[in-house]
Amino acid sequence: MKAATYNASVDVYEEVLDNGLRVLIQDVRTAPLASVWCWYRVGSKDEGPGLTGVSHWVEHMNFKGTTNIPRDKVKGIIEQYGGYWNGYTWIDQTTYTETAARDVLDRMLFIESERMANCLYDPADCESERTVIISELQGGENDPDQLLDQELTATAFRAHPYRHPTIGWLADLQTMTREDLYGYYRRHYVPNNATLVIVGDVDRKDAMRSVVQRFGAINPGEVAKSHHTREAEQLGERRVTVSREGTTAYLKVGYHAPAVTDPDFFPLQVLDAVLTGAKGLNLWASFRTPPPQRSARLYRALVDGGFASAVNGGLVPTEQPFLYTISVTATEGTALSAVEQATLAQLEAVRRHGITEHELEKAKNQLRARLVFEGDSISNIAHQLGYFETIATWRLVPSLRESIDAVTLQQVGDAAGRCLTPTNRTVGWFDPIVS
Amino acid sequence: MTTTQQRNYALAPLRSVLDNGARVIAKHSGATPAVTIHAAFEAGTVFDPPSQHGVSHFVSRTIDRGTTAHSAEEIADGLENRGISLAITVNRHALSLVCTCLVEDLGSTLATLADIVMHPAFPDPEVETRRGEIVTMIRQDEDNPAAMASEGLLALLYGDAHPYGRRPRGSVEGVERIARSSLQAFHAARFRPGALSLVMVGDVDAERAIEFGSRAFASWQAPPPGPALFPPVPAAHERRLRVIPMMNKAQADIAYGFTTIVRSDPAFYAYWLMNNIFGEYSIGGRLGDSIRERQGMAYYVFSALDANVVPGPLLIRAGVNPANVDRAIASIDEEVSRMANDGPTDEEFAESRQFLIGSMPRRLETNAGIANFLQMVEFFGLGMDYDVRVPELLAKVTPGDVQAAARAILDPSKAAVVIAGPYSGKS
Repeated sequence: MKAATYNASVDVYEEVLDNGLRVLIQDVRTAPLASVWCWYRVGSKDEGPGLTGVSHWVEHMNFKGTTNIPRDKVKGIIEQYGGYWNGYTWIDQTTYTETAARDVLDRMLFIESERMANCLYDPADCESERTVIISELQGGENDPDQLLDQELTATAFRAHPYRHPTIGWLADLQTMTREDLYGYYRRHYVPNNATLVIVGDVDRKDAMRSVVQRFGAINPGEVAKSHHTREAEQLGERRVTVSREGTTAYLKVGYHAPAVTDPDFFPLQVLDAVLTGAKGLNLWASFRTPPPQRSARLYRALVDGGFASAVNGGLVPTEQPFLYTISVTATEGTALSAVEQATLAQLEAVRRHGITEHELEKAKNQLRARLVFEGDSISNIAHQLGYFETIATWRLVPSLRESIDAVTLQQVGDAAGRCLTPTNRTVGWFDPIVS
Repeated sequence: MTTTQQRNYALAPLRSVLDNGARVIAKHSGATPAVTIHAAFEAGTVFDPPSQHGVSHFVSRTIDRGTTAHSAEEIADGLENRGISLAITVNRHALSLVCTCLVEDLGSTLATLADIVMHPAFPDPEVETRRGEIVTMIRQDEDNPAAMASEGLLALLYGDAHPYGRRPRGSVEGVERIARSSLQAFHAARFRPGALSLVMVGDVDAERAIEFGSRAFASWQAPPPGPALFPPVPAAHERRLRVIPMMNKAQADIAYGFTTIVRSDPAFYAYWLMNNIFGEYSIGGRLGDSIRERQGMAYYVFSALDANVVPGPLLIRAGVNPANVDRAIASIDEEVSRMANDGPTDEEFAESRQFLIGSMPRRLETNAGIANFLQMVEFFGLGMDYDVRVPELLAKVTPGDVQAAARAILDPSKAAVVIAGPYSGKS
């Protein structure tokens, strides 16, 4: 073992096994449960041409049986104990989780160790999953807002692989092979590319003993290094229009935004709270509760102003610079040009004049409250440790409140001035063709 | 005020009935320094007056937009300065106000909620702005195959004469006609203390939470609302099929279903297990195993059982490529018949029962999860000790009971089927 440390401020125990697997354990005894998350530093930004969507497809394949878990036993392996399981893939990460009674912690660790080392990739299963994933893609395309988001992102990024959707482009999903999938799995699913998080009513020593027993013998591997380019500075506004039959018009405005470790990131979180209400910083929990946005600037201007039926802001912590996105649903009969004009007027005002002291305090109150609300389950707590460790370091988690508290009026104004410039933005319209 | 508490049980919430008939339920949970408030009124869409479909939903969008004492802006500022996001949702039977606040804000938040539900002003400008939003939402539903398939299925199963058969948000034309006075009348008829069930879960002593609730709502005086009366659910005599062509879409949505039983039916627990085995367990139970796992036809396929105060639906849903619509429906037919003819296997039965019992602690982990559960318990009158009785209720069910439940409702020749998406007849 190496690098065993104990962070008293948030009671997180950290240990790195000899094979490079980083283990984080937090004892939270609010329910007789344990939550396990196994994170891999691989997401859709690590995919090359022709292989878009491979990270997500690999995630699907990793639920289809292993050397020691027969295909037909995967179905109920944790649910028969009342447990919950899931997984997701996004631009920077792939993760798998189980939450169940504390007594079955070792079984959860067994599943994750099998997933790391022994997945089967049966050729028939790969083919069957191809159509499942294409169905997932087509289901997403049924949603005009999602379609517009995909087009906007692809327009805002020219070089960086954040430009392609995590689900992949259809042509790649139609042609990728079993060897592509399995090779990708083997290159990225190694202990030295993973973080294992355990939170719940667990004894740390017992938990570590199980972890070592289940994962200790898995060999490290040479982690496939992806080459990420830096997106060149945008030189002028970009625009994209999606024209499809539909009933409703949508506007999306995206600005290149800083990564989580950039000094502008937290000031922009405050700015987003002022514009559209605080969402919080937990990708797993934030979307479950609507933001407090009735008093937010863009809500008042667009929704109360009758231009829109909904407005939302999106600024998610990411490893590399991604996007700050404003999404607006136009009300029936309102021209997109009018919605855009009203939206940009608000953004321009905040870029030029910043926010008020009262808005700063309200935004901080909202962000602090979200931190409290989002810590209400062991799954949410475990998610945050693994999420931040995968994009930067879990040590950002205990200091989130301090990071919010430290934001000043000046910093918000400066960050708004840098981010919300017209040359940094991409404007997307979903302009419905009336059938 | 009468107060009872179930002691020595897992949840053991405190329940109190105020003199005005309002029910207040509190449960201490120290996970976070916060409290989830869930106030539910028997004011769901089934209470829409005839010819005014969509009123309940319209009220849910306007009730917090100003009271006789405070403007919409003041209410929003007051809540949001403290980080509180008030969600108002409506389903067939209940209109609910839900939020989470920090413990120190409990009293003031309850006071705001009481003001909202007791004295809404429905200001004209707010009503008009929200009308525009609702029209847009209805238009979005009309462009959403999943929403169209689900709504279409309920219309087929229940017909126009039953409130379950109507669109919960109403139609654009209907919403355009709803007057402010209709919102006021609906509020006056359905928002009464006797229709309120207030649940609070969080880091506050339960007795103290009841005191807060009582302080906020005890002064409210009004007679109980009229009883809910429902027409009988039409019997199914034949298979019914409806296609809603949406040729601009990439994927077709299938909704397939039956009417079932009322929640108070003693057979409910057999139906619950049957549905879990059929379309919930793991990735969609037997349906998921066949249509997603073995045939690779769909990203999602599942079934959901909504046994309610009227015989609710068992709804099967799947999203498939238009070329696979007929094959997917044939597979659903096959699984429906197989479950009715053969019942569950012993292994399926044992695993599913173990799952439903074993998942209780997880369902009751968060404040919001507990609050939802207690509202369900209160709505169906299951008793404050229901959480500890679930295992014994499920233990009494036999595989034969599950098969009997399946035989009673699962019959492809009497199914209602709706397809919405890029499909015009045959795939």
